[in-house]
Amino acid sequence: MPSLSRPLSVGRRLSNLCFIGLAGLAALLVLAPLAAIFSYLVYKGVGALNWDFLTHTPRPVGEAGGGMANAIVGSSIVLGIGSILGVPLGIGAGIYMAEFGRGRYTNVVRFTADVLNGIPSIVVGIAVYALVVLPQQHFSALSGGVALGIMMIPTIARTTEEMLRMVPNTIREAALGLGIPQWRATLQVTLRTASKGVITGVMLAFARVAGETAPLLFTAFGNQFWNLNPNQPTAALPLQIFAYAISPFDDWHRQAWAGALILIVLIVAAVTAVRIVTSRGSVEHSA
Amino acid sequence: MGVAIEVKELSAWFGKAQVLKEINIKIGANAVTAVIGPSGCGKSTFIRCLNRMHETIPEARLSGSVQVGEIEVYKSGQDAVDVRRRIGMVFQKPNPFPTMSIYDNVAAGLRLNGFRKRRELDQVVEHSLRMSALWDEVKDVLKKKSGASLSGGQQQRLCIARALAVQPELLLMDEPCSALDPISTGKIEELIFQLKTEYTVVIVTHNMQQAARVADYTGFFLMGKLIEYDKTEKIFTTPSDKRTEDYITGRFG
Repeated sequence: MPSLSRPLSVGRRLSNLCFIGLAGLAALLVLAPLAAIFSYLVYKGVGALNWDFLTHTPRPVGEAGGGMANAIVGSSIVLGIGSILGVPLGIGAGIYMAEFGRGRYTNVVRFTADVLNGIPSIVVGIAVYALVVLPQQHFSALSGGVALGIMMIPTIARTTEEMLRMVPNTIREAALGLGIPQWRATLQVTLRTASKGVITGVMLAFARVAGETAPLLFTAFGNQFWNLNPNQPTAALPLQIFAYAISPFDDWHRQAWAGALILIVLIVAAVTAVRIVTSRGSVEHSA
Repeated sequence: MGVAIEVKELSAWFGKAQVLKEINIKIGANAVTAVIGPSGCGKSTFIRCLNRMHETIPEARLSGSVQVGEIEVYKSGQDAVDVRRRIGMVFQKPNPFPTMSIYDNVAAGLRLNGFRKRRELDQVVEHSLRMSALWDEVKDVLKKKSGASLSGGQQQRLCIARALAVQPELLLMDEPCSALDPISTGKIEELIFQLKTEYTVVIVTHNMQQAARVADYTGFFLMGKLIEYDKTEKIFTTPSDKRTEDYITGRFG
């Protein structure tokens, strides 16, 4: 009698091992660049990291010491402005495309979002220079935030749309059937059901623009001094890293490495914090 | 208290396909009325026309009039949201809100309409879950577990509790037991039987035994038309239309 539990043939076992090995290797190759970059950053940057680096502004050329405190704060301001602009617009466009849009206009919006996603970031910088900086006659944190916000929109809009489409229609019907107004049903039932994926999209967009240098070159511009005014030019970590990395001074090179390390740590910290905050109060799903 | 329903000359379409043809029917208050008929005969569309869920589907339209209790459902200026709040609906597949706890699921209809009084909410949630015979099974995990973590039969009773929590005047059930095992089905049928003391219930079912067990009145639909509508006993023993007889004796459908 044939048994279902008979041992696998040698060939089957070999090919099984072979494919598990290949899949593992692929996973390793994905991890390798990240691990390499991060460990090299730690190796190069950790030496220049100290309390002064986190709390002081840059010293004049030729003087040792100083830090990037103004750039850390500046990046936070620019990213804050970018998020205030990009997150609601992106989620709103996503909701429109998934829940309300039918026909040609939606297709135009979706196509535009995809094209915007593919536009080089420096072009976004130039556009914002023309739209915000020129009329204002000066560089500002605000214009930098606008540039980053514009870059966040397409990613957020498209992920929001995709995530909302995955919410089964029966959930929408349940909400409407209870006599809940459409806007509330969309925001508090449908969007809430898709919130995990939407937040992932927001975090992806945030992490991507947090490291952008090019769109800030002619907008936030950079600044060697403290600035908390969104209407003034501001330092930002990527700009500071760029300026220091192409300088001829060894001390600045070391600081550029430290700045890059801080940038990555801050992005990871922000993403983790959002994950923790948004997962609070969620309920058990397993039976 | 439940309300009576009067439907006049109701026709409904999806695009160009007509799915309901001039339905006229009077449904009594505080009774259970079953709607039976083969797949595609328009029974689901019929009950979705009663609470204006039909129009949520693109290209759906209808003509005719529906009176539920005091309100003229399709009068111009009548708010669809208000109609749906007065008429509860339970769907074919259990559809609890997956990101909400059991408590939040039951409270959703009130909360999302702006009701905020916590103590009263607690009472409504408990009362609704007791009515749907789910309270004892979930009272210890009300706020800990997601509605989606329950079994299929429990989920459907949760959906019934959710519909009851907004205190509707009429409860529509679209094949509420079709995805459930016989034990869960039995519990829900028992529940329907109790509900009619306070509500008017209209239930669509594929299961003729179920109609015979729970319904006081039964309407038989065929190809978008209401063929026969009478006391359940009469429909299942001495139907006056040949097509009804053919259907209930299993000759087609």
